[in-house]
Amino acid sequence: MTADPKGVLTGVHFLDGDHAACEGALAAGCRFVAGYPITPSTEVVERFAQRIPMVGGLFIQMEDELAASIAIQGAAWGGRKVMTVTSGPGLSLMMEHLGLAAITETPCVFIDVQRGGPSTGLPTLPAQADMMQVKWGSHGDYEIIALCPDSPQECFDLTIRAFNLAEQWRVPVFLMMDEVVGHMTERVVIPAAEDIEITDRRWTDKAPGTYRPFDVGPDGIPDMVKAGQGHRIHVTGLTHDERGWPAMNPRQQDKLVRRLTGKIRDNADVLTDIREENCEDADVIVVSYGITSRVATAAIQQARDQGLKVGHARLVVTWPFPATRIAQLASRCKAMVVPELNLGQMVHEVSRAVAGRVPVRLVDHAGGTVHDPQVILDRILEAAR
Amino acid sequence: MSGTTNDDLDLSHLPPMDNPVMPYLRKERIPHIWCPGCGIGTTVNCFTRALDEAAQDLDRLAIVSGIGCTGRVAGYLNLDSFHTTHGRAIPFATGLKLANPDLNVVVYSGDGDLFAIGGNHFLHAARRNMDLMVVCVNNFTYGMTGGQVAPTTPLGASQTTMPYGNFENPASLPFLADAAGATYVARWTVFHVRQLTRCFKDALGRKGFRFIEILAPCPTLFLRRNRLGDGVDMVRQYKERSVVRNGADTKEVGLGLAGEIVVGTFVERERPTWLDAMNDHLGKVLGDRYQRYGG
Ligand SMILES: Cc1ncc(C[n+]2csc(CCOP(=O)(O)OP(=O)(O)O)c2C)c(N)n1
Ligand code: SF4
Repeated sequence: MTADPKGVLTGVHFLDGDHAACEGALAAGCRFVAGYPITPSTEVVERFAQRIPMVGGLFIQMEDELAASIAIQGAAWGGRKVMTVTSGPGLSLMMEHLGLAAITETPCVFIDVQRGGPSTGLPTLPAQADMMQVKWGSHGDYEIIALCPDSPQECFDLTIRAFNLAEQWRVPVFLMMDEVVGHMTERVVIPAAEDIEITDRRWTDKAPGTYRPFDVGPDGIPDMVKAGQGHRIHVTGLTHDERGWPAMNPRQQDKLVRRLTGKIRDNADVLTDIREENCEDADVIVVSYGITSRVATAAIQQARDQGLKVGHARLVVTWPFPATRIAQLASRCKAMVVPELNLGQMVHEVSRAVAGRVPVRLVDHAGGTVHDPQVILDRILEAAR
Repeated sequence: MSGTTNDDLDLSHLPPMDNPVMPYLRKERIPHIWCPGCGIGTTVNCFTRALDEAAQDLDRLAIVSGIGCTGRVAGYLNLDSFHTTHGRAIPFATGLKLANPDLNVVVYSGDGDLFAIGGNHFLHAARRNMDLMVVCVNNFTYGMTGGQVAPTTPLGASQTTMPYGNFENPASLPFLADAAGATYVARWTVFHVRQLTRCFKDALGRKGFRFIEILAPCPTLFLRRNRLGDGVDMVRQYKERSVVRNGADTKEVGLGLAGEIVVGTFVERERPTWLDAMNDHLGKVLGDRYQRYGG
């Protein structure tokens, strides 16, 4: 189906990433946002609070991020497309409900505008240091999808995609922004509603009495209902069977957790989105994501100007990690360079996929600003030797 | 509880299959996990009776629980039911209600769940006058985790994490609910099955943030440890110590190990719900531009 025109601000705009992400959510059909203010993410919910009364839907500022991250799940089971927005300290509070969304297969979108940490850290300055937290921060085995925009335009585009993926796979989907992307203003083109593809909820066509909330078809993903339709569903954070009833035994645990993780892990290749440039004959490939890819582009250009064969693989989807494609790329080049605004997170995934085929060099950064392109260039030059 | 009168001390935890509450339960999930003599089942019996008497459209009723022995209530009722995380039933219910305002949403959980870990959510939902009915089974302890001190544990009572007796001041739940702005506040005990059933029925038909506290025995952990007898002994105490005082000042209804248990309907007031307030306000400020929410 295509987007509901009520939420689509078609036209050419100058927006920062936070505002663009909000427009993406509205265009995607999000009509319920619960949030709690935190720099540098607050503009997303401020714009939503301003826009939503004219679109039809609502915003509620909850008492904390625990509340916000579960209010959206109540709203999802009430039939809405939902989102919450935060940054590091709030993300830490949301971890329990990330797990709840995973085990109950509640479609929901989390935007994390990353800032320097740990703790209160650098409230107004960027980092990319929550990459592992969203993947591993809630207890137990679970899977998510994470998207990394590197421009306000992508904040718009990828927020729509985040909603579509949440509906398709019934997992929490993260838009991993950072302070710089959130606050940089650029041209954002918002297409006409009929040109925006929207994934509807996987509504069941089964009648009450025949529907079981966690029965799955061949793709391993259950169809959904909303409360109030007579299905009398039970949804629990306990390990449950196909009826949704608690079933706390090793056999059901194995079945459920393998399905919840398998639906993403087994489809990592389908979900892969890497923007590759000059990788075919590259000696060195820079693997980057989010804002760092913009800085890396400058360094790569300088290296190429010096005659080096340097390619760029920008990860748009970081979770599930595109291990297959990274391994393929590693089998062609001589070294990989991974710049990120943390002291080494996604580089471990790259190394795992590369499996010793070629050296993998981290260009780390504790956060607070973006890399100096010269530092990335130096690492590329070292790697090329 | 069929045939129960005010003077019966019937705590039969397993209703017979022809019991009128059975249509409201997920029969295949019985027997339930509650201990013999536990008061939670009695509250559920009263609740289902109230559903019957209120002729509530069951497809339009949703129940949300947190975590704990009481938190398991959602799983046994044959309704759209949600068993969420510890302390967060109210914000989940808030989202559910706001997403689908036609639903009558009931939160059913324990005192630790709603007032320790979830206390802040309770205060804010009451302040906002979120249109929810919140039922708290107060057994003065953390049942599910084995009898630790709760924010309601009376002074002097022994708990596994207060092994020398509780020295923390307990919260008075009706006082909190009243101060935070709840539109309906009542307290009963599992002795008061008739009154409780009527109270549930009354509250189901109202709007706004409605709070019902029910004192209920946890024989396994609270009573045994404090040598207070079994469930029946406790219900006898409820009978002897209770005084009905409708409209009582909630400042005066605190509880101890001994002394009066004030029960009744303490607060009934009218306030616009959060959703009505939003619709009215935005309608006024934005005029025709406002897309009225929720039908
Ligand atoms: C975040 C979190 N912390 C702690 C627990 C462990 N826990 C489960 S139930 C419970 C207390 C329940 O007490 P109460 O709400 O009074 O319910 P009761 O069991 O007495 O009905 C606790 C601490 C948990 N499940 N989740
Ligand atoms: S432990 Fe206490 S509260 Fe829990 S079921 Fe047993 S008696 Fe009831």
